[in-house]
Amino acid sequence: MQLQSMYQDIILDHYRNPHGRGLRDPFEAEVHHVNPTCGDEVTLRVHLDGDTIADVSYEGMGCSISQASVSAMYDLVLGKSVTDALQTGEQFMTLMQSKGDAAVAERLEDDLEDAVAFAGVSKYPARVKCALMSWMALKDASARALSTAPTGENA
Amino acid sequence: MTATVSRPAGAPVLPLDVEAIRADFPILSRTVRDGRRLVYLDSGATSQKPTSVLDAERHFYENYNAAPHRGAHQLAEEATAAYEAARATIGAFIGAPENEVVFTRNSTEAINLVAYALSNAATAKEPEFRRYAVGQGDEIVVTEMEHHANLLPWQQLCERTGATLRWLGLTDDGRLDLSDLGTVVNERTKLVAVTQQSNILGTINPLGEITARAREVGALVLIDGAQSVPHQPVDVATLGADFLVFSGHKMLGPTGVGVLWGRYEVLDALPPFLTGGSMIEVVRMEGSTFMPPPQRFEAGVPMTAQVIGLGAAVEYLQRLGMANVLAHEEALTAYALEQLQAIPGVTVIGPPDTVARGGAISFTVEGIHPHDVGQVLDDLGIAVRVGHHCAWPVVRRYGVPATTRATFYVHTGYDDIDALVDGVREAQRFFGVAPSDSEGATS
Repeated sequence: MQLQSMYQDIILDHYRNPHGRGLRDPFEAEVHHVNPTCGDEVTLRVHLDGDTIADVSYEGMGCSISQASVSAMYDLVLGKSVTDALQTGEQFMTLMQSKGDAAVAERLEDDLEDAVAFAGVSKYPARVKCALMSWMALKDASARALSTAPTGENA
Repeated sequence: MTATVSRPAGAPVLPLDVEAIRADFPILSRTVRDGRRLVYLDSGATSQKPTSVLDAERHFYENYNAAPHRGAHQLAEEATAAYEAARATIGAFIGAPENEVVFTRNSTEAINLVAYALSNAATAKEPEFRRYAVGQGDEIVVTEMEHHANLLPWQQLCERTGATLRWLGLTDDGRLDLSDLGTVVNERTKLVAVTQQSNILGTINPLGEITARAREVGALVLIDGAQSVPHQPVDVATLGADFLVFSGHKMLGPTGVGVLWGRYEVLDALPPFLTGGSMIEVVRMEGSTFMPPPQRFEAGVPMTAQVIGLGAAVEYLQRLGMANVLAHEEALTAYALEQLQAIPGVTVIGPPDTVARGGAISFTVEGIHPHDVGQVLDDLGIAVRVGHHCAWPVVRRYGVPATTRATFYVHTGYDDIDALVDGVREAQRFFGVAPSDSEGATS
């Protein structure tokens, strides 16, 4: 059975006990992203302290992959600069495009921490979008947060 | 040889010989996901193709490939004859004369053809094309259970023309709420667009009531037959509609061909949607005139091979008999509804019994998102559809984010449904949400 390669225990743990879930104040930007092929949704807020991500809060509904992905992302980006967080997002994108190539997962393991468990998802093209939805929302929200609070002094 | 593949105790003998039919579908002999038998329960999205359809297309390309209705050479003559013979076959399948059968890319394009013709009518230079023009103050009526293909073209038509879109709602058990039919369909209604069989709920709609009301107010009626024409006998002579659309690929035919049937008198009063070669009478730099239907609506070199393939698909279905196809799916649907609803935590979205119901069964599994249900089923070799099934307002109406949907066809047997039911239980085990049996018994 190949299912275990996708549904790693880490993923199922994040799905059952999501980290950082719930919408919180304060925030500089809120975005709503949907996956139009399946109707999965996430509402995501970003709170910046200067250019550091002080909080990412979210609500959403969707499959285990999309929900676990946003939870793992929360752990990864909290306290990072927006630049670093988005770079981590690029690494996650690379992992998702790896088509199950173990070498790619190994190379990214240190940077992606729990999120490297999503390597198995990359073998299923239909599910890659589920894993990427929250990262797309973060990229969008960060860009808006930076443009609405360019100095960060009011954060 | 028995007529069925592993018939469960108490279940009726299926009208179709599943084993013999499966042998006609090459794809059903392949395996998926580490050598598992393919259990294809996604015919509602697209159907598999029997060898006779594949052979018809290949035979065309190998023997008389040419552009029909052009050229005077022998190949062109043969291609034209085959293309028009397929039109006659497909027309006869739904009880229509061939000049009322327009080939489109699929149902979606057929509906768009009508929607654009109705807005083009308002600005047509030919007075005879303005009869069905839609504009400000007019109303278009759809239902809340329509596939996006039978919703968005009408939304867009209303946005282009200033007409108003109205709709019939749904009842809690997945049927049309006709309590306000008399007011929703009224003297301002120009067209009523309704599906004959819901692609997500499986509901078969009471078209007679709707077409009768539309007649009273002089509105046109378009029936979306994408999920009905492949699965039940449909006769346009008794349908009471002005238009019927369906897709070839959902009825054992190739992709890239669909049908718009229209009453000749109505088609003849409509301006074209797409313009170009083939559909013209006389072309001058100052302006042009158009052919009568169906050619007026078939611009460009048509999808000849696909039309011929669809003709072969129709002949295959006719050999089985559409009454048998319907009875076959009714038996499977009854069995599947019973088996699925016996699983604690499974809820069918749509009519829970077989009354006025086709073989599309949508369901949710408590505690597991449909994507995850679909993934477990896929791992077992079972192909279902998950998501909102291009009917987003329907899932919203029933308060679920998405559903898992199984659909049946002529090659489906009881063994496929047993595999589905076992797969759903496996998903519950995998995600640790299998409710105890006592919970199901006491509910």
